Amino acid sequence: MVPHSWYLILAAALFSVGMFGVLARRNAVAILLGVELMLNAVNINLVSFWRYSDVFSMSGQVFSIIVFAVTAAEVSVGLALVISMYRRRNTVIANDVDMLKF
Amino acid sequence: MTAQQIIFILIALFTLGSAVMVVTTRNLVHAALWLVSTLFGVAAVYALLNANFIAVVQVVIYIGAIAILFIFAVMLTRKDMRDAGPQINKNWWAGVLVSLLVFGGLVYMLREWSGFTKTASELPPGFDSIGLLGEALVSPNAYVLPFEVASVLLLAALVGAVYVAFNPRAGNSDK
Repeated sequence: MVPHSWYLILAAALFSVGMFGVLARRNAVAILLGVELMLNAVNINLVSFWRYSDVFSMSGQVFSIIVFAVTAAEVSVGLALVISMYRRRNTVIANDVDMLKF
Repeated sequence: MTAQQIIFILIALFTLGSAVMVVTTRNLVHAALWLVSTLFGVAAVYALLNANFIAVVQVVIYIGAIAILFIFAVMLTRKDMRDAGPQINKNWWAGVLVSLLVFGGLVYMLREWSGFTKTASELPPGFDSIGLLGEALVSPNAYVLPFEVASVLLLAALVGAVYVAFNPRAGNSDK
């Protein structure tokens, strides 16, 4: 059997890759892609903790279902914001959206 | 090394390689397609963990809905997609540093934990994880309230997304 550590290390690596995407990419859609990777890493952790502790307590799977719903909401609102920003300011570069900066 | 471990390593390498391509490819359509392959890898990880329902939901919701939404958004904002400028910030090395620190910190912290090298117990014969999950989602003394709140959240996000992305100039053409 695969030890629990392998899943945890895979999730940590996926989280770090997604975090790099969020921190380094300039395009707002690419930043959201990085957020997706981070959320998937969290979901791997939740499901692996369900499997490696008491399998009759479904908390891990229920939490990952809730994460799915929250991700769908986050992506729809985030992409709507990006499209609205593209329409008004004609850019999707996160650095160019600085109306609130002084 | 057992067969399951070899399969896990192959899936993990596939997933991580696709994830690295997601954050480094210049062309955003390709990045979204690499995201699809990453999500397939994660679905395979769920299948390895005996979470069958979650694996199916991953394919249906993430690949069927969210990845397609990303491809739509990339195509609607196409003008800046392959512009001449760089696709990553000029201080990207700080991002690499922070990510490596987070990864190292997580692994270092988890190594101290006693359950780190635990292997999974065998599933009991006739174990029905989908039935248990369904009961947990609708049972009043389990998770029915978060489940309903999630549906309200989805409705609010739907209305909000329509409101934010609504184009008043294009939408009033019939008036």
